[in-house]
Amino acid sequence: MAKLRKIVSDPLADNNPVTWQVLGVCSALAVTTKVSTAVVMSLALTAVLCCSNVVISMLRKMIPNKIRMIVELCVIATLVILADQILRAYVYETSKQLSVFVGLIITNCIVMGRAEAYALQNPPFKSLLDGLGNGLGYSIVLIAVASLRELLGSGTWFGLTILSESWYTGNTLMLLPPGAFVIIGLLIWGQRTFVSKTLREED
Amino acid sequence: MGLLNLAIESIFIQNILLSLFLGMCSYLAQSKKMESAKGLGLAVIMVLTIATPLNWLIRHYLLSPGALQWTRIPALSTLDLSFLTFICFIAVIASLVQIVEMVVDRFFPVLYNSLGIFLPLITVNCAILGASLFMVERQYTLTESVVYGASSGVGWALAIMALAAIRKKIRYSNIPAGLRGLGMAFIITGLMAIGFLCFSGITLGN
Repeated sequence: MAKLRKIVSDPLADNNPVTWQVLGVCSALAVTTKVSTAVVMSLALTAVLCCSNVVISMLRKMIPNKIRMIVELCVIATLVILADQILRAYVYETSKQLSVFVGLIITNCIVMGRAEAYALQNPPFKSLLDGLGNGLGYSIVLIAVASLRELLGSGTWFGLTILSESWYTGNTLMLLPPGAFVIIGLLIWGQRTFVSKTLREED
Repeated sequence: MGLLNLAIESIFIQNILLSLFLGMCSYLAQSKKMESAKGLGLAVIMVLTIATPLNWLIRHYLLSPGALQWTRIPALSTLDLSFLTFICFIAVIASLVQIVEMVVDRFFPVLYNSLGIFLPLITVNCAILGASLFMVERQYTLTESVVYGASSGVGWALAIMALAAIRKKIRYSNIPAGLRGLGMAFIITGLMAIGFLCFSGITLGN
């Protein structure tokens, strides 16, 4: 039991490089101007990641090694189509705001990376937990960036006013692309200084 | 004039990397050396210029609602296959990259030596899929999609080469330990994005 819990919690702790999650977050940074869109995006990615891990893990003995990338890509693309159709059917307004970024889950390095590195060697249930853990790691980073941007940019969080307009003027730069880059840079700095000292990459 | 404006917009104003965050993975990984930044930039320009119009044709003649009318088969003419867009686009991109690699290897060996190792990386570069999906969302025509694809590629190449040049310059700078490498690359990218913000609002003609 403790072992299974470790599969989920590992990607959240310092064992698994958060830098990896950060890189996976990049293609979705455009939807981090509001927390609500970031949450929907995180849910979509976590669902796709869990399902793709399970499916690929169940097929792992049947997939010929040479064409495994294409098979993985097909599985992931199919699941992303499903996620996109569900979002369009039930939360149409949000899916309009997410625009093309749900489709870009296909090329997300976390989804492909976990399929390649974990699901191909492990049984379905463990792969599901691995997908869940990595999905949560992604969600934490994405929602953290979105929270900072929304709070500093428009003084709200999840649409609720936190910093009242009477004394706080929103910093529009946070809502523009440069804000996201700088926040990610600072997140990596903090994570490398306080969480894991082993992951330093020399330039 | 419209096409020129589109090109300027997608190179400078709506730069696919600096304002839409697409293609970050390979941008960060391959920007340590100028040589590889140049190679990857050229490869992205090439693949984007071919892939975007190709996906336009696929979308226009196979997938959009009623696109199969040219077959003159009544059962097909009302079909809406647009839900297959993602899987078709990624398949087109993956196979296109393979074909481009083979063609370049056969006819331009010099180019292949400098681009060869970068081409397979491009399949999973989200800038390629992203550009095709934006092309659908913004309802470009065929000519516009050629211009959009090529100029998005130029914008991406510009960004990666700029980062590679800056990273070379800061190699001996005294950066705080935790910020070295990836962290600094992000902050530099942020500053570059601020720089590119001053292009916004530029239009040519009327």
